[in-house]
Amino acid sequence: MSFFQDPVSAISALISNFLYTLLPQAWAHLIMTLLGVVVVASFGLIIVIFLIWVERKIAARFQDRVGPNRAGPYGLLQTFADMVKLLTKEDVIPEKADRLAFNIAPILSVVAVLLIWAVIPFAPGWIGTDLNVGVLYIAAVGSFGILSILMAGWSSNNKYALLGAFRAVAQLISYEVPMLITLMVPVLLARGMGMMDMVRDQAVWFIVLAPVSAIIFLVSSIAEIGRTPFDLLEAESEIVAGYHTEYTGMKFGLFFAAEFLHAFTIGVLFAILFLGGWRGPGAEEFPLLGVIYLMLKASVGYFIVMWVRSTLPRIRIDQMLALNWKFLTPLSLALLILTAIVEKTFEGNAWRVPALLIGNVIVLIVSYYIMRAASRRTSKERVTFKKRPVAKPA
Amino acid sequence: MTAQQGVFLFISFVILFSAYTMVTRSNLVHAALFLVVTLFGVAVIFVLLDAGFLAVVQVLVYIGAIAILMIFAVMLTQDNAAKQQESMNLNYGWALLLSALFAFALIVMLGQWPDIGGLAPALDPRRDTIAELGSALVSPDGYVIPFEVASVLLLAALIGALVVARPQKKDK
Repeated sequence: MSFFQDPVSAISALISNFLYTLLPQAWAHLIMTLLGVVVVASFGLIIVIFLIWVERKIAARFQDRVGPNRAGPYGLLQTFADMVKLLTKEDVIPEKADRLAFNIAPILSVVAVLLIWAVIPFAPGWIGTDLNVGVLYIAAVGSFGILSILMAGWSSNNKYALLGAFRAVAQLISYEVPMLITLMVPVLLARGMGMMDMVRDQAVWFIVLAPVSAIIFLVSSIAEIGRTPFDLLEAESEIVAGYHTEYTGMKFGLFFAAEFLHAFTIGVLFAILFLGGWRGPGAEEFPLLGVIYLMLKASVGYFIVMWVRSTLPRIRIDQMLALNWKFLTPLSLALLILTAIVEKTFEGNAWRVPALLIGNVIVLIVSYYIMRAASRRTSKERVTFKKRPVAKPA
Repeated sequence: MTAQQGVFLFISFVILFSAYTMVTRSNLVHAALFLVVTLFGVAVIFVLLDAGFLAVVQVLVYIGAIAILMIFAVMLTQDNAAKQQESMNLNYGWALLLSALFAFALIVMLGQWPDIGGLAPALDPRRDTIAELGSALVSPDGYVIPFEVASVLLLAALIGALVVARPQKKDK
């Protein structure tokens, strides 16, 4: 394998050869593993710096503003300036805060997101660890994020922080249900839970085979990161800033970074599960191209997340729960059953792809009519302005 | 000492320490957090035993669902200001006796096991353990009856929760 074809594998082979001649095998293996962890984690953390700039720039465009444009060309250095600002700020710990939990929570929130990157297949052969239970692992490490929010909210000893944590847990645990059920659809289609299998089996992208599942995954993921239509956990107008009200300086910065990284990670997962991951022309020969394809596809998902964030207002808490339990969960269950039946019936058949697509469309139409009937049954109060006497010129 | 043994010793220490701290802390939320650490340590033990699926399920079910629900319940029911809670009953003696008996029984039983000093045989990498587990759960020769019984139990619990949570019909 030549250097230009696959530079990363070549460099890693060089380093590992060097280490294996120098150290006993177990130690060399340990150091190589640690190096891999550092590379993957730094990639995630460095990308955040860029993502914050991208998000601020694009959100500004949505709101008809220019966005950061002072520090560096196109404001590119703005995030570095903000980082320095956050690092130099005073670190305030509330007097009656629970110090242990208060200090661990921001670290845990970043770690919970970074752990997902361990199973992300960047390109053929480039993966932290190809777990055979990759999809389940993603769902499992997500629970550390919930834990960090709970710890932050409880330890701050602030009622708004605690309220934010309660809302967060209610929302995140609820939306985990449709998300997990939807994750089973790509697992069914790929016949395996490993992330590499997932990409390898997408000769036809899963978004074609399961478009409705893809949308449910994206919606419940937005709820999982608590972005704008679902930002009840940090609603500024209601509970100050939610669970991170009491955090200052870089500890707040860690929550901030975790949120941005999580949003992009959702894009990456969406790309891997539904948009074919690193698949693209030439990706098998030149793995670096695969990384570029993956990042481009991930940007599509990330852009949708930003788009939704800048477009929709915050929903009420009853609407949030109703959307989850009355719409997303039943729909995702129906889709899972449908996918299982169709996939088994048309196994190895040329009609597999159209049958799955038609099945999805039928489910969508049926659910539309059910929802329309339900919305007619429930009477709604139209909120309008009151009629007032109009002053007439004499 | 192999790396695996080193990790095992470290994790066992973490598990024992956090389990001990969990039962001795007077702060209930701290106790719940140390329970999370303990359960996570058990997940690492599963990883060491090449049981990746069990490790992930351990994290998903015990940390992701049960521990978080416990913390949630503790936080909702406790007066947040009164963090120090006295134990309602002191059963240190019984607990010590029972755990000593259990430890003694384990040591005796494991001491009689001939393979106790041996290394675990390596798993065949070609075998798809997840697929085997999946088909064992639904095959008549495997665990189909416990699986179905558990499903019925969970369904009953689900329906029960629905009945309890359902709003009472108003009297006419």
